[in-house]
Amino acid sequence: MNAPAYNFAYLDEQTKRMIRRAILKAVAIPGYQVPFASREMPMPYGWGTGGVQVTAAILGPSDVLKVIDQGADDTTNAVSIRKFFVRTAGVRTTTSTEQATVIQTRHRIPEAPLSSHQILVFQVPIPEPLRFLEPRETETRRMHALADYGLMHVKLYEDIARHGHIATTYAYPVEVAGRYIMDPSPTPKFDNPKMNDCPALQLFGAGREKRIYAIPPYTRVISLDFEDHPFERYRLDGTCALCGATDSFLDEVIADDHGGRIFVCSDTDYCEKRRNDHALLTDSGHD
Amino acid sequence: MITRCLRIAAMTDEEVPLAIAEGLSKWYGRQLGCRDVSFCLYEGEVIAVVGESGSGKSTLLRLLCAELAPSAGKVHFRTRDGVTRDLALLGEAERRFLVRTDWGFVHQDATLGLRMAVSAGANVGDRLMASGWRHYGRIRGTAADWLERVEIDRARIDESPQTYSGGMRQRLQIARSLVSQPRLVLMDEPTGGLDVSVQARLLDLIRGLVADLRLSVVIVTHDLAVARLLSHRIMVMKDGQVIESGLTDQVLDDPREPYTQLLVSSILPP
Amino acid sequence: MTVALELREVAKTFIMHLQDGIQLPCIAGVSFTVHAGQCTVLTGPSGTGKSTILKMVFGSYRCDRGQIVVQHGGQRTDVARASPRQILGLRRDTIGYVSQFLRAVPRVPALDVVAEPLVAKGVGREEARELAGHLLGRLNIAPRLWALPPATFSGGEQQRVNIARSFLPDLPILLLDEPTASLDAANAADVIELLAERKRRGTTIVAIVHDPDVRDHIADTVIDVTRFAAAA
Repeated sequence: MNAPAYNFAYLDEQTKRMIRRAILKAVAIPGYQVPFASREMPMPYGWGTGGVQVTAAILGPSDVLKVIDQGADDTTNAVSIRKFFVRTAGVRTTTSTEQATVIQTRHRIPEAPLSSHQILVFQVPIPEPLRFLEPRETETRRMHALADYGLMHVKLYEDIARHGHIATTYAYPVEVAGRYIMDPSPTPKFDNPKMNDCPALQLFGAGREKRIYAIPPYTRVISLDFEDHPFERYRLDGTCALCGATDSFLDEVIADDHGGRIFVCSDTDYCEKRRNDHALLTDSGHD
Repeated sequence: MITRCLRIAAMTDEEVPLAIAEGLSKWYGRQLGCRDVSFCLYEGEVIAVVGESGSGKSTLLRLLCAELAPSAGKVHFRTRDGVTRDLALLGEAERRFLVRTDWGFVHQDATLGLRMAVSAGANVGDRLMASGWRHYGRIRGTAADWLERVEIDRARIDESPQTYSGGMRQRLQIARSLVSQPRLVLMDEPTGGLDVSVQARLLDLIRGLVADLRLSVVIVTHDLAVARLLSHRIMVMKDGQVIESGLTDQVLDDPREPYTQLLVSSILPP
Repeated sequence: MTVALELREVAKTFIMHLQDGIQLPCIAGVSFTVHAGQCTVLTGPSGTGKSTILKMVFGSYRCDRGQIVVQHGGQRTDVARASPRQILGLRRDTIGYVSQFLRAVPRVPALDVVAEPLVAKGVGREEARELAGHLLGRLNIAPRLWALPPATFSGGEQQRVNIARSFLPDLPILLLDEPTASLDAANAADVIELLAERKRRGTTIVAIVHDPDVRDHIADTVIDVTRFAAAA
């Protein structure tokens, strides 16, 4: 019998413990960025190493893993990461949101509502919501420590002054449990409300920046705004050309050589389910 | 010293000082910043700190707002609740709160006192937002009012201070500080590098605001004319120490110390 | 009659450090009393210390010896020993000073120049401006000039603004250094009348006046300061 080439889910057990400790801290202080000793992973920075390390630390043999990238299970990144875990952990994988126990995602939250036995793992490029306003790490740490967040609203004010509305459309900053301000990763602002009072545990991993943060289940997550410029979910005004959905986040796709466009659901699993359900309905209708 | 000021205040039914510096000293390694500076500052009063470069004036300002910790001595400040507190005992959160609300700053270099990357309106609204204001319209309206008050065209509210002249930047610093209605404003050579006519306008504005808002100001300047125009009291510093202090017109009209006489006699006649 | 101002053995010597510390004794043994509602005029050749005495009463100059006692806020206060804070209080509430020339602050309209000391006392700006307007009117400064900064005014007009500024707060003691020197006869007469009015209201006046006519009109007592000359 060949000895397995990798430990379960690639990381050694000590590393997993270290990451789990960071995760516990993160869950204990919702929205707070916990530094952790990010490991060298067999993919470069910028390709989801943070998310992969978090997933690797929490994965068990009975878990069912779904990996999506921009809502789709079949893009290069999603496929690579899924294959990685099949190879190193041998876990079952799925494209179905409902059947997964661990969902690793880049830049989207699935449309289907999550349940309390699921964990959502986000891949995060820049964890610091204040980074582009205040480049000094020493200063941003202090601002978080002292809840000195005026600068964040200055940025939003500036948006409204320049564009007439808050121009941030993704990675829209949120306040977690009434204390820390957090970057939800580059998910579209459309997805922000899903983080609020969510039954699932939400974990965020930034590999290059070496930070982990978390939103425990059923936590209050509020998108920052002004009283007279309240937060609005932004969605392209359209219908999915494939399944007819009017309430999902849409991608715009160039359909032909003449620049014709169609809208399709960004969440491929959601779209497919709707099409299957519709097919079942129409099938039964024809019986 | 502090007890003396408070005792006198209690006895004469006078107001309690707003800020008290007691034996303030600061060494940078072996280099002396300032030594043994003591004074009381009252509400509505302007104190000028004059002296040549290297006399310790800027060090003193930084000690007064606890930006630097003194090597010896204390700074006491009477917060809005009427309690006189030792700044050294404040936590960083409390100190930052005072910096944001009760203290104002005008730096010689405006880029240090402003956020150059955001609009003038955002600069003025900054303190409001930091204090929890969440209504865009009201923040903007208040910011526009303050721009007008410091004689900046309201229409330029959305421009970045990069587009502002030196004098406008200084006035923007003032607006940015005063929006939170601070009781103490620290100014470090606010007119440095400005054209004479621009200086005059700025000084005028400061005079008016001090009178209208009953501000207390500590203004560091090497320009005695500025001191004469703005301040009630003056402290002359040389080599880190206060060598003479008192009523401004008294010290400038009837200087006693050799160095003060030298300073006064060095002013070019208009 | 109440004593409003009393000087006792006041002396001053200037030490010029920049000139090898030579000492220039100015005045010594200055003692005199002024009663409320009275006007004392100081006379003597220039350089004999008249302005120095006025400035010491106002607190602009320090004195080396002696006492300068005034009634301030119901208490007798020695200006020579007063703290800077107390002197500011004295100037706000008790002692006014009319210099020979207006120190023109650029850009401030004449009306506000005059109203400023009253505003500093706590009177509302609009009310202070109105009262300032009355006084400027009495001193024949036309309303169309009120919004202009006095820097562009003639010497006589500037001086009248200066006088209005010091007269407005209606302080119990007024010190005047050549108040009418730059005024023509008509305007000088208006100022004399104002002074007479104030005296009737109990204001105490100490003035330096060269013009014998003006002096005769306002002085109750004349003091020749050469008798206070300090021995060199």
